[in-house]
Amino acid sequence: MSVDLATVKRVAHLARIAVNEEDANRMMGELNAILGFVEQLSEVDVSGVEPMTSVTPMAMKKREDVVNDGDKAEDIVANAPNSDRNFFLVPKVVE
Amino acid sequence: MTDLTRLTIAEARARLAAKDFTALELTDAYLGAIEAANGALNAYVTVTPEQARKMAVASDARIADGKAGALEGIPLGIKDLFATEGVHTQACSHILDGFKPRYESTVTANLWADGAVMLGKLNMDEFAMGSSNESSYYGPVKNPWRAEGANRDLVPGGSSGGSAAAVAAHLCAGATATDTGGSIRQPAAFTGTVGIKPTYGRCSRWGIVAFASSLDQAGPIARDVRDAAILLKSMASTDAKDTTSVDLPVPDYEQALGGSLKGMKIGIPREYRVDGMPDEIEALWQKGIAWLKDAGAEIVDISLPHTKYALPAYYIVAPAEASSNLARYDGVRYGLRVDGKDIADMYEQTRAEGFGQEVKRRIMIGTYVLSAGYYDAYYLRAQKVRTLIKRDFETAFHAGVDAILTPATPSSAFGIADQELAADPVKMYLNDVFTVTVNMAGLPGIAVPAGLDASGLPLGLQLIGKPFEEETLFKTAYAIEQAAGRFEPKRWW
Repeated sequence: MSVDLATVKRVAHLARIAVNEEDANRMMGELNAILGFVEQLSEVDVSGVEPMTSVTPMAMKKREDVVNDGDKAEDIVANAPNSDRNFFLVPKVVE
Repeated sequence: MTDLTRLTIAEARARLAAKDFTALELTDAYLGAIEAANGALNAYVTVTPEQARKMAVASDARIADGKAGALEGIPLGIKDLFATEGVHTQACSHILDGFKPRYESTVTANLWADGAVMLGKLNMDEFAMGSSNESSYYGPVKNPWRAEGANRDLVPGGSSGGSAAAVAAHLCAGATATDTGGSIRQPAAFTGTVGIKPTYGRCSRWGIVAFASSLDQAGPIARDVRDAAILLKSMASTDAKDTTSVDLPVPDYEQALGGSLKGMKIGIPREYRVDGMPDEIEALWQKGIAWLKDAGAEIVDISLPHTKYALPAYYIVAPAEASSNLARYDGVRYGLRVDGKDIADMYEQTRAEGFGQEVKRRIMIGTYVLSAGYYDAYYLRAQKVRTLIKRDFETAFHAGVDAILTPATPSSAFGIADQELAADPVKMYLNDVFTVTVNMAGLPGIAVPAGLDASGLPLGLQLIGKPFEEETLFKTAYAIEQAAGRFEPKRWW
């Protein structure tokens, strides 16, 4: 399988990465090289094989359903590029 | 006084305990070495001298009180991927500009609890994506090794290139690193250092910037096998904050060193004899086989038939997980923000400017293989192939093999800005052909220096072990180290 320019632009938008014509063209070549490389997986017989979900057979650990952390609003916004009174500030999204 | 930076961790530990010198003197020796060398090597992206001296003074107080920890006063470098409270933690990406976490990763917290001293943060490929340390926002690291009689700059490997270079150049006593497809073992092999990627689940991933969560594992890079064993003992733990952290006690890995290899079975996988592999690598492998035989081990030929599919499967699974993990960098909560005409444009502009080429490439691949209509053909198939890769190893171990010996890399270190590699991303990915199988199967793997190539550059061998049998790897790697000796770069910087 290979990707065309329109697909590259669509995927870039899905990934929220702005691309110009030149970027998209370059990426198309790179992506097709990688997709060409992974193409060899189609020769493996995977019938009846379970997909791997965990490398170590272990039950997922669950903690007790209680609040054991929190009250860290200041820490959480401390690295924000733009914040006010412990809120993250973003461009206006609702008219 | 002798140069304190020449000492191994084990030697420094003994001499600190004997009060031959203070932890502050040891830390100052390393800070001096960094100041003299970092301009040339670019191994550190941030040095924390004040914090280091404060930690060293506290270590001296604990040594005086007889309360020294296992790593008391030992100065370490930390890969920029580990969250360190109040200190530069940016995965060497532009998109994390200015990020200083308000918390500490479990692995580094374990090291500080054992008395270690932080010298600073180490350079790496952006978000640990790379095999040459050239994708770092902070520029490439130079390998302390150069070919005999040459002055061309070589890469230290990646992604833990800063860690490997700093250890090889004696700019820290040991370093933390992480390995998703070979990022500990390949740079260790390129710099004549020892690097171990433990079994998935052995070190907590909490507070380590995520790349591919089902493959990422932390481990140490050190100057010899004993030091790697000492460091892993402190780094590893059971951690409630990481649900994939394993509930097993951490063994005293150092105790495993020096035992006989009698009765051990070492597997030699025929599929690792890849096309175009240099004769030198084959010769090194044969030397390794001979050393292990001399040490009492039995050598058996084995087959891991799905080996060649590990790298293509990796280049689906790892980018898929990365595209999901890196969705969090949106210009809102931390790091870089580039304004746009609306919020969606702000996201797109921020990510376009904040991520480098290699990271974008992988996010794009990951987004594509997870997108509607392609999930089954790519991602699901890759995860099935992964099951087959793991099954190959299980079959070998079931047949009585204790560890598997392979080359660590298909070549020695290559040049910075290599044109051929820059032009073809797949060619660069092939660097991990011997290491990536181990991540896909979640197994432990160690790279140990085994010799020099014709141009005088270090080459490494890799040992692969059963889950949570790192002790077997340390013991076997120690036997190789005893036979091969140790390798130091000639100082040019």
